[in-house]
Amino acid sequence: MKFIIAIIKPFKLDEVREALGAIGVAGMTVSEVKGFGRQKGQTEIYRGAEYSTNMLPKVKIEIAATDAIAAQVVETIQQTASTESIGDGKIFVLDLASATRIRTGEAGDTAL
Amino acid sequence: MIRKLACGVGALGASMFAATAAWAQEATEAVAGATAAATEAAVAAVPAPVAEAAAAVPNPGNNAWMMTSTVLVLLMILPGLALFYGGLTRSKNMLSTMTQIGATAALAMVIWVVWGYSTAFGPTPMEGFLGKFLSSGSLFLSSVSPDTTAATFSDEVISEYVFVSFQMTFAAITAALVLGATAERMKFGATLLFTAIWLTIVYFPIAHMVWAGGGLLFDMGALDFAGGTVVHINAGVSGLVLAYLLGKRKGYPTEPMPPHSMTLTMVGTGLLWVGWFGFNAGSELEADGTAGLAMINTFVATAAAALAWMVVEKLAGHKASSLGFCSGVIAGLVAITPAAGNSGPMGALVLGVVASVVCYFAVAKLKPALGYDDSLDAFGIHGIGGIVGAIGTGVVYSPALGGPGGDDFVMSSQVVTQIIAVAVAICWAAIGTLIAGFIVKMVVGLRVSPEVEVEGLDIGEHGERAYN
Repeated sequence: MKFIIAIIKPFKLDEVREALGAIGVAGMTVSEVKGFGRQKGQTEIYRGAEYSTNMLPKVKIEIAATDAIAAQVVETIQQTASTESIGDGKIFVLDLASATRIRTGEAGDTAL
Repeated sequence: MIRKLACGVGALGASMFAATAAWAQEATEAVAGATAAATEAAVAAVPAPVAEAAAAVPNPGNNAWMMTSTVLVLLMILPGLALFYGGLTRSKNMLSTMTQIGATAALAMVIWVVWGYSTAFGPTPMEGFLGKFLSSGSLFLSSVSPDTTAATFSDEVISEYVFVSFQMTFAAITAALVLGATAERMKFGATLLFTAIWLTIVYFPIAHMVWAGGGLLFDMGALDFAGGTVVHINAGVSGLVLAYLLGKRKGYPTEPMPPHSMTLTMVGTGLLWVGWFGFNAGSELEADGTAGLAMINTFVATAAAALAWMVVEKLAGHKASSLGFCSGVIAGLVAITPAAGNSGPMGALVLGVVASVVCYFAVAKLKPALGYDDSLDAFGIHGIGGIVGAIGTGVVYSPALGGPGGDDFVMSSQVVTQIIAVAVAICWAAIGTLIAGFIVKMVVGLRVSPEVEVEGLDIGEHGERAYN
């Protein structure tokens, strides 16, 4: 099993979610996060006073996937979330040791 | 009663148009002939005809308009100015900013009926030279009754209580405007004590000088229709001086201090604009054609200024912003205040654009260059915009530019008069504020402790939070 963490642009979330649903991803966790990378921040100006914010809002998606579809999930996110511009985000993949469904106690692939 | 009006209040109306000797004569003839055009009559407003006529009865229409105008000016203070300023502060100082404005205005109203009206517009000017600065004779409104009247610019009168109320709201908003420069760091108690002293030694004398018969600037023929000098230059300069006395906010200018709610600032801007029709058109003291002129000018100068500010932002390489729009609206309103009934609509349009451009550079370039911390740009917009408006009034008054000036209007001499009036107001406001500020500093201290400033004045000074 793989644990996939993707940081993407907020406005791409719906598109990514639909694309992942289409390839059989049954669930995900989404949070609003802030951070910075190569994109740096943005500038706000009030009556000529410039304030640069160096943290930008992003969306973090966390998905636990079976080994069978993990590569496809990564590829789908990459293709859907891309705008081919700086600040599109990153995808990280970790090995997942175990997964348990709380309601039934099922473990492993069947818990996903 | 009538004589009182003639020497004191009555002349006040005329003061805004401050006739030169030549105009006065011409005007008197015009009134006598009863054929005067509205503008000429306004210029003409000399007390004599009123004094000699039988007891004039207030026209209910004029009274009704002035009562409406009075509450419109109150709308400018609460909630207009409170929301405009409040939105520009950080959320931890929202209540402090709004409460200071409300309490200051309330204190000004109380002081006004106790000694303010008497000092500015009382029926008896002080003896000799002092009479140019102060009057007396109506402590606790002792000379006012439902039957007494105040003269307007023609041979009409309005009920004196209405006039007292109208002028009261001007004192209240001017005191509140000053607090824009000192927001986010001044003690609540200090704002109240400062207001009491400042009204007495700065506002009342300047109001008397500009608007009361026998006042220094009134006699010089300075034009100030609705209070560009008395209200805006006065408040702006006083705010700047008080901001210097207070020192900069902790963290200024390195720490970001963006407005916490541009939404509320936009709401406040709209309320200020609406209320300003009472301020400007109401300053005619009658519901006549000149009030209508002031009304259209209050639309066009403001609209032009709002657009101009955003254009300048764009040209400076930024985006046209909502705060730019709001700032332009206020700059335009401030600039047209002295010219409201003293300009044609096209002159107002130009005046609005010029004021907007100059104010933009004052707040975006001049302030950072000089390093003073005028928190919400009370000086940058009210002070600078007021100066542009006051001097510009001497230009747009010209009949050649569509203004209501007579054929004998000489622009150069009028502009010089305007500049002298501006200089007197600046000096008086600066020195008076220094004195008031030092007294408050010695008695209660001006500034909150660093802990309160960091935590926010809402909790530290009022024990509340704006948003829970």
